[in-house]
Amino acid sequence: MMNKIIDFVHKAGLPRIIIGLFLFALFVIAPFVGVKLDISLTNVMNRFGMNCVMVLAMVPMIHSGCGLNFGLPLGIISGLLGATLSIEMGFSGMVSFLMAIVFSTPFALLAGYGYGKLLNKVKGGEMMIATYVGFSSVAFMCMMWLLLPYRNPTMVWGYAGRGLRTTISTEGYYLHVLNDLLSLKFGGIVIPTGMFLFFALLAFLMWAFLHTKTGTAMTAVGSNPIFAKASGINVDAIRTLSVIMSTWLGAVGILVYEQSFGFIQLYMGPFYMALPAVSAILIGGASVNKASITNVIVGTFLFQGILTMTPSVMNSVVHTDISEVVRIIVSNGMILYALTRKSEVAR
Amino acid sequence: MNEQKTPLLEMRHIRKNFFGNQVLHDVNFILHEGEILGLVGENGAGKSTLMNILFAMDSIKNTGGYEGEMLIDGQVVNFESSLDALNQGIGMVHQEFSLIPDFTATENIVLNREPQKRSLFSDLFGDRMDVLDRAKMDEISKNAINRLGVPLESDMPVNQMPVGHKQFTEIARELSKDSGENAKKIRLLVLDEPTAVLSEKEAENLLTAMKKLSSEGVAIIFISHRLQEIIDVCDSIMVMRDGKIIQQVENKNVEINSIANWMVGREVAVKENTKRAFDYDKAPVDLSIKHLWVNMPGEVVRDVNIDVHKGEILGIGGLAGQGKLGIPNGVMGLYPAGGEVTFQGQPLKLNSPRFLLDSGLAFVSEDRRGVGLLLDESLEWNVSFGAMQVRDDFLKKFGPITWRDQEAIEEVTAKYIKDLEIRCTSSKQHAKELSGGNQQKICLAKAFAMNPKLLFVSEPTRGIDIGAKQLVLNTLRKYNQENGVTIVMISSELEELRSICDRIAIITDGKVHGILPASSPSSDFGLLMVGKGSDK
Amino acid sequence: MKNLNISRAERLKRFVENNTVPILFVIICAIGIPLSGYSMNYLINEIFVRLSRNAFLILSLLIPIMAGMGLNFGMTLGAMAAEIGLIIICNLGVVGIPGMILAAIISTPISIFLGWMCGNLLNMAKGREMVTSYIIGFFVNGVYQLVVLYMMGSIIPIANSALVLSRGYGIRNTVNLTGIRKQLDGLIPLRIAGINIPIATLLVIALLCVFILWFRKTKLGQDMRAVGQDMEVARASGIKVERTRIISIIMSTVFAGYGMIIYLQNIGTLNTYNSHTQVGMFSIAALLVGGASVAKANIRNVFLGVVLFHLMFVISPMAGKNLIGEAQLGEYFRVFVSYGVITVSLVLYEVRKKRELSYEGDELAAEQKEDK
Repeated sequence: MMNKIIDFVHKAGLPRIIIGLFLFALFVIAPFVGVKLDISLTNVMNRFGMNCVMVLAMVPMIHSGCGLNFGLPLGIISGLLGATLSIEMGFSGMVSFLMAIVFSTPFALLAGYGYGKLLNKVKGGEMMIATYVGFSSVAFMCMMWLLLPYRNPTMVWGYAGRGLRTTISTEGYYLHVLNDLLSLKFGGIVIPTGMFLFFALLAFLMWAFLHTKTGTAMTAVGSNPIFAKASGINVDAIRTLSVIMSTWLGAVGILVYEQSFGFIQLYMGPFYMALPAVSAILIGGASVNKASITNVIVGTFLFQGILTMTPSVMNSVVHTDISEVVRIIVSNGMILYALTRKSEVAR
Repeated sequence: MNEQKTPLLEMRHIRKNFFGNQVLHDVNFILHEGEILGLVGENGAGKSTLMNILFAMDSIKNTGGYEGEMLIDGQVVNFESSLDALNQGIGMVHQEFSLIPDFTATENIVLNREPQKRSLFSDLFGDRMDVLDRAKMDEISKNAINRLGVPLESDMPVNQMPVGHKQFTEIARELSKDSGENAKKIRLLVLDEPTAVLSEKEAENLLTAMKKLSSEGVAIIFISHRLQEIIDVCDSIMVMRDGKIIQQVENKNVEINSIANWMVGREVAVKENTKRAFDYDKAPVDLSIKHLWVNMPGEVVRDVNIDVHKGEILGIGGLAGQGKLGIPNGVMGLYPAGGEVTFQGQPLKLNSPRFLLDSGLAFVSEDRRGVGLLLDESLEWNVSFGAMQVRDDFLKKFGPITWRDQEAIEEVTAKYIKDLEIRCTSSKQHAKELSGGNQQKICLAKAFAMNPKLLFVSEPTRGIDIGAKQLVLNTLRKYNQENGVTIVMISSELEELRSICDRIAIITDGKVHGILPASSPSSDFGLLMVGKGSDK
Repeated sequence: MKNLNISRAERLKRFVENNTVPILFVIICAIGIPLSGYSMNYLINEIFVRLSRNAFLILSLLIPIMAGMGLNFGMTLGAMAAEIGLIIICNLGVVGIPGMILAAIISTPISIFLGWMCGNLLNMAKGREMVTSYIIGFFVNGVYQLVVLYMMGSIIPIANSALVLSRGYGIRNTVNLTGIRKQLDGLIPLRIAGINIPIATLLVIALLCVFILWFRKTKLGQDMRAVGQDMEVARASGIKVERTRIISIIMSTVFAGYGMIIYLQNIGTLNTYNSHTQVGMFSIAALLVGGASVAKANIRNVFLGVVLFHLMFVISPMAGKNLIGEAQLGEYFRVFVSYGVITVSLVLYEVRKKRELSYEGDELAAEQKEDK
């Protein structure tokens, strides 16, 4: 029995178990301190759905050995371009959402290609450079949001008649198009079925890709690039492909996020968006060079669960909202844990 | 030599085993003050282990120490660490440079032994806030350089020096170590292959410096594969083989040939039934290599010309660092290479692993863990990956998408696990959990699964136990005989090559020094290895 | 020997290649100054302000670079330690130079502890020190918020109610540092041609420069240089590599703390939860603008960097406004440039490292061809 427990702890990893138990404790305490479980559950599911595509965007780059995608803002920006273009053209409803994906795709492919080429030049130093590529691109787009000739009055500053607003509502365009699709209600619990299905589709495609010849090659490149090279794989091309995939998923991820959140956040909005996604996949059990779909699901659930439950429970118990601090400590602590693990350093 | 004088160093009945593997058998020798002793032997003959014992390296201590006794000035000593050796005035210059590139010669010579002056902050924060005493540093380094008697600029950064000067800096550092407070004067220097990287002129300078030191009473143990240098400079010569001292002679009228003979001269009768007569007239040339150069650090290939016949097993041997490993790594595109290589009449595009694999070549790398395996993946992946990527095997179509064919993968892995007697819990086990021998078999399985027309096998038995060794060799022989696949096998172990190859090429200094039938006496190969003997 | 034969054009090319970033900034400033319409007098005044405000902070980055640990993104740790020191002196009501000194004294043990922790973590993450120190900065920021926003006033008693949020605990978002505002800058007043020169602050900065120059000559400094170039060789020669690296991070953190106190006495208000987050990024950007790289930096880079980077910083909003009528654009532009310059420097560093390797290979190949 003891052995089984130790084995399980070893397999699941201590940090995950601690976080899992913590989340479990929050759920247990919640009803006693007057937090409504149905609302909490709905919230957790909603935030899970909102974030999981962006967490999925970590998978290809981790698989190909490019490390944690701190450059996620680049993908997010492509998504934002798609979103604003779709709204500019006046599409509404599901079409608006789909057109946003269509419009963001060329940007994501292009940005991902350049970003991938750059990362191939700086092998070994990817993560730091990815971080700053993300930051610079956000800052660059800040200027572009001001300058690009958008005209739709729901998006531009009313007084100047030009320059995009910092937050744009998706209402009337694609607000909740996935959330409400086929959504189910059990008492107070609302299940955003459409959002889950959409994620399931992307996750399935990712899973399927990893089982193709190219997907196998991608895993091998991440596992041992010299082995891959000796087996005739074009390592740089595979890495670039993985970066393009990650960037595109980042773009789609932000669109899913916005349709549920209700707002498009421009300017410095995407700035720190990489960190929660990075820590979520690490909490899910991924390492700097290994990640699976399960890691994505478990990680997003645990991470978003804690983010949702901590404030409501804490507020009721001590009347203090320390969720922000918990988020910072947990997410960055998790990244630190991954970066300093001996096994990874040895690689 | 005055035999009555107490010897500087004496080793008596030194024995050492690593995990049951006896690497030194009863080694005895004596070294006098000012004597230059040439230490010669093949890789793995036990030279390094002997020196590691002398310096009380951790690799000896952590594996259970050694037997026998070591005497300095007639007193038995038991060194706890290499610091103790240093305190007795014994220094060593290793083969790899251990220098800080941006530091000057002086800074490197006194590295971490810098003379210091107290400063304002020393009392507050401790000795590390002392200021370096540059004048004294210069003095020490100049003294050491003068003792060597070489033209070395003490204020030149190491990264701007020619390689020979780097070597001098290393030696000067050892010499300067007697400038410390407690240390005795340096009396014994061990130089491990100091001339391997030097040009002829530089090597000459070094030999002169060695003679100068010896005339000042410093004894030197000189490890080298360049036998001419040994004969030129040494007072006595010691030849090691298989962990034993084969010969210890004074350097009087010794000839290179006899040294070479002592080095490799174990005349093990190769089992007759394993011998075969390969008919070269009937076999066309399969792979033709002309003017091949390869930039593989430590194994540089300069100008290799060699023809491999269809269906033969060609052995490539030679001492470490001479370039034999560079040949397969260069041809297979893992290191930058140039030259003309044709395979079955078609010119090969070098530096493109994909093209070479597509042409039907395969390679089992000497670096199993680094190149040969996906350590963190299953055996199935390791066996099938190459064939899947290069030959589109183990895939199945599903609409427009090509999937991994899990069944086919499991089948082929199971087949090789059975055929090669790979010990594992299941084909899902990760490669890193296997023993060295079984990992090697996985590497072979990966190559076999690609159905190559020509197979490069590099150091297939390195680091695996004897049982596994024989099995690997038999497997290769069988594969060659049954499938008619040409095999080029690179190995440091001459006897291993002689047991399965048809011909053996010996590489020295990045070039083919000679090719002999495997049945030639091993002394002939020994001569080729040390750079002597006729080119055939 | 070879250097003598290089033509003037080639030398110029090499100079430009080695100093790409500073030259680019000289050009940006040369274009921007007339566009901004600021007077020379104003700009020189601004430069002195920025120099006295930032130089000490940037100097604190030099030591880890010497020890081969790259840009110390963890310098924010020192900044947070300093902020805790400042909050405490405000609470105690100690003002003036004694206040600053007390804040420095309080910050020191905190900086040492944080630096020690950071150094240990970085030793566990060799080869990716920068990204790790960057994340450590975020992590400690969380702990800092926990302490300052929740513990101060509840667990840690704070007497001065002006510091505390209206809810009864936690420090306010902005803390007025009236007690120490411009105390060091104004200690030895000097005004030449309408330009205020903060002599005392510049003296303190000069003192640190002298210390750093002297430090390079100490045993510890020599060890750090050795560790920075080749950890394995240093270890083989008996230098305690890990310990030396930790010391370099501790020193950097402590100096960053002092630098933060100087920085905040000049500004006069503490943004409790934001001041430190930007400091690391701007200091690093300034150092890089001065021509430093991840592996090499000196005092000249610090001063050139402060002048060029902050000149750009001062002029870009006005230049943006005069150019397109949008001050906001200039502000975004300078943020973009700050991040851009760090990105470019990091990329150049990695690419050069690789190029040097392949250059060695090319040389060998050529040599072998000649052999043939």
